[in-house]
Amino acid sequence: MSVNTGAAGLKSLPAAQGFMGEGLVAGLVLAIAAAAALGFPFVADLYTTINATIFVSLCVLSLSLGLVWGYGGIFCLGQAAFFGLGGYSYAIAAINFDSTSMGVLCSLGVPMVFSAALGYFIFWGRIGDVYVGVITLTVSLIFSQLLNGSAGDNYVIGQVPLGGFNGIPSTPQLTLPGAADALSPEAIFGIAVICLALAYIVCRLFLASRAGKVMIAIRENETRAELLGYDSRIIKLITFILGAGIAGTAGMLFANCLTVTPNMFSLSNTAQIVIWVLIGGRGTLLGPLLGCLFIQLLSTKLGTSGVLNPELLLGAILIFFVMFVPSGLAPALQDAFARIVRRTRRG
Amino acid sequence: MDYALVLIIQALSSIAMLILISIGLAIMFGMMKVINFAHGEFLMIGAYTSVMSVNAGVNFWVATFIVAPLSVAVVGLVVERLIIRYLYGRLIETMLATWGLSLLLMGAVTVIFGNTVTGISAPLGSVHIGAYSTSIYELVLIFFAAALTVGSAVFLKMTDIGLVARAAMQNPDITAVLGFDPNRIYCVTFVIGAAITGLAGALIAPLTGVSPGMGLAFVAKAFITVICAGPAVIVGSALVATTFGVVNTIVTFVATPVFGEVALLLSAIVLLRVMPNGLTSRFKRGAL
Repeated sequence: MSVNTGAAGLKSLPAAQGFMGEGLVAGLVLAIAAAAALGFPFVADLYTTINATIFVSLCVLSLSLGLVWGYGGIFCLGQAAFFGLGGYSYAIAAINFDSTSMGVLCSLGVPMVFSAALGYFIFWGRIGDVYVGVITLTVSLIFSQLLNGSAGDNYVIGQVPLGGFNGIPSTPQLTLPGAADALSPEAIFGIAVICLALAYIVCRLFLASRAGKVMIAIRENETRAELLGYDSRIIKLITFILGAGIAGTAGMLFANCLTVTPNMFSLSNTAQIVIWVLIGGRGTLLGPLLGCLFIQLLSTKLGTSGVLNPELLLGAILIFFVMFVPSGLAPALQDAFARIVRRTRRG
Repeated sequence: MDYALVLIIQALSSIAMLILISIGLAIMFGMMKVINFAHGEFLMIGAYTSVMSVNAGVNFWVATFIVAPLSVAVVGLVVERLIIRYLYGRLIETMLATWGLSLLLMGAVTVIFGNTVTGISAPLGSVHIGAYSTSIYELVLIFFAAALTVGSAVFLKMTDIGLVARAAMQNPDITAVLGFDPNRIYCVTFVIGAAITGLAGALIAPLTGVSPGMGLAFVAKAFITVICAGPAVIVGSALVATTFGVVNTIVTFVATPVFGEVALLLSAIVLLRVMPNGLTSRFKRGAL
């Protein structure tokens, strides 16, 4: 009897340790985030702070595809749709219910419910990888078309006109429940950083969980995972929904900095997200964040300096990475680091 | 009665448009499993060369049928040699690399010509149908779309070169053993696909206007059409284009153009859900 529990205890030990390690990492990440949230607005001016909030929201978006594509192997070109849905539902709900908390809830809930329906449609149909890409891309395009054509008095949800190409102006800023005034841009930056940290922790926990490990097994070999008795459909669906929720949060944060427009659903936005993850590295969580920051900083710099067309350079970078660094920045850096360590040890 | 005729012409023209924007991609994807996301930019370059040549005094038909396909074929050759040939067999990598290419070409054209919309007027004037009028050029376009489809299908099915190309697609190793270099066949096929895309771009230029970003409007639709086609790409693309074109025209007629586009995209999703491997996946094997 005692041997049995001992064995059980031994078996669960690595898992428990794993989760303890995750706890440690989570604490660390949150501490860094809190420090950044409190410290950054002191050293930066208002314009930089708002810009940084946009970057952070895009980082959250990048993270969502990093999970769905990088780890889950689902070639989803619809993250832009969930991002846009999150932004639009935040704006619409916040104005209609006159409460930004409702807006936040909707920005999470609407993309997740929608992705559940879409994911059921895709994964229970057993649609293959490139076809998943096409369907999700088509969904983004449908939203983009619909919202671009939604100008005029006929297209109103509650008391919010959808505004067609111009989007919904005057999105209310986040307000704490019970508080009278909207939060300052500095506080919103803080919330964005905390959201990023939380999204990162959620991804890590999911990857450490049983479902997360099965997800990776499915990415490596779906047939084998199925033969071992795992239902790949439900695991993929969970990954898909989680990714949509994170992308929706990103949309909510984005809506707090800029107006929501049909551009959020556009093909170029879709392309950007894929580029971030590809350049950062599939199969890592920090990679997509790195990739996103790198590309965003680069295109902002180029956009303001006007020396080189940003699209030209972005395209060149993407081709370069696909051909020469197909695993992306983060794994390449890791390899280089490991090589240097080995060499110094030998020498 | 006249109105019905106009509506039919509209449907046909919408189908022709879809066929023209996707046939080059159908050849590339169907033959080599290369999803060329820079397809829209190939169309754009075709349209640009045609407009530039016409503005420089070249005859419209010469510009469309000779200058544009040749220029885009050269672009295709360079792209195949520099990028695509290293990525054969890797579907998603090819797609991403050509996506990069698409941005690159768009940026390059913006730098050279500026981010403006130019255009040429359609030749041939218009014809009256009862109280309505339609441009003759639109009718010519329908004819060319049909001719291109039949031509490509016949070329691949009936000629020796087409046979070798299809063999290389089915089994490159055996084809190599039989004395044909698959790499060369792939290269030639890609260049032919590019040339046809250039021709299509030049053909649609008078209707759509020309701008560096014009490819964006087409690439997704072309991509969707070709993917929905399934294994028999040329015939499949034509069938899919017909379905989408009819749906688009009917819904546009009943509601608005926006809903027409949305209905087109929705029918693509439904089609892929019902037939996950494309419309022609249940055709007998070896069909083109």
